[in-house]
Amino acid sequence: MNSDLRTPLSRARGLGSARQGVHHWWAQRITAVALIPLVVWFAISLIMLSGADYAVVRAWIGSPVVMVLLTLTIVIGLHHGQLGMQEVVEDYVHGEGLKLTLIVLLRFTAVFFGLAAIVAILRIGFGG
Amino acid sequence: MSVANRPVHRPLSPHLQVYKPQLTSTLSILHRATGIALSVGALYLVIWVIFASASPGTYAKFQAFNVSILGRIFLGGWLFCIFYHLCNGIRHLFWDAGIGFELKDAYRSGWIVVAVSLAATIVAWIVGLRLV
Repeated sequence: MNSDLRTPLSRARGLGSARQGVHHWWAQRITAVALIPLVVWFAISLIMLSGADYAVVRAWIGSPVVMVLLTLTIVIGLHHGQLGMQEVVEDYVHGEGLKLTLIVLLRFTAVFFGLAAIVAILRIGFGG
Repeated sequence: MSVANRPVHRPLSPHLQVYKPQLTSTLSILHRATGIALSVGALYLVIWVIFASASPGTYAKFQAFNVSILGRIFLGGWLFCIFYHLCNGIRHLFWDAGIGFELKDAYRSGWIVVAVSLAATIVAWIVGLRLV
């Protein structure tokens, strides 16, 4: 017998089987919305920078506005990518061990590359 | 024969190889495919920034790939993935808000996504390659 006095709906609401509820789904949407203006800005910048040399690229990355926007684009983009790739792994990889390993590796990769990008951007901006 | 032992003829789920491709399913698959490509592209973007923070000589090697034929195809394809995933992502956000679920709306928004992402890609290539 279930001693919990709450209704099944009340227990399920916002939780889900993993007790995380809609967190993954919500984070994917929030990052998606944030990426709309960032990606438009980045795509236009990329087109304008096509064929640019070392000095031009560094001057661009090192300007304060670009440092902020590029960091946001990369960090939020990696987060969004990691969430999406996790979904792909969960859909197609059925062995629990391999699935968990890949999900952990995806997280590690996203954090590692995100941090590496931040260091590189700061190094360019502050003349390292 | 009892009810429990009677063979059941349930409908089979539609396997991809026997499933007639539709605009909606094709765009759905393409959304995931471009998403995977962009995840790799994001790593490439980070590598680009890292190379830019290195010496001019190191960056020149990286830039040599970008302006090669292979690099142009890669970056041009990357731009298409960006525009497609962006447009179709916005379509998905409308669905999340409960808008545009009617079949004719799903098809109309689908064709808009195809048209806008292709047009944006072509404009990007023309401007990016300084063809005008």
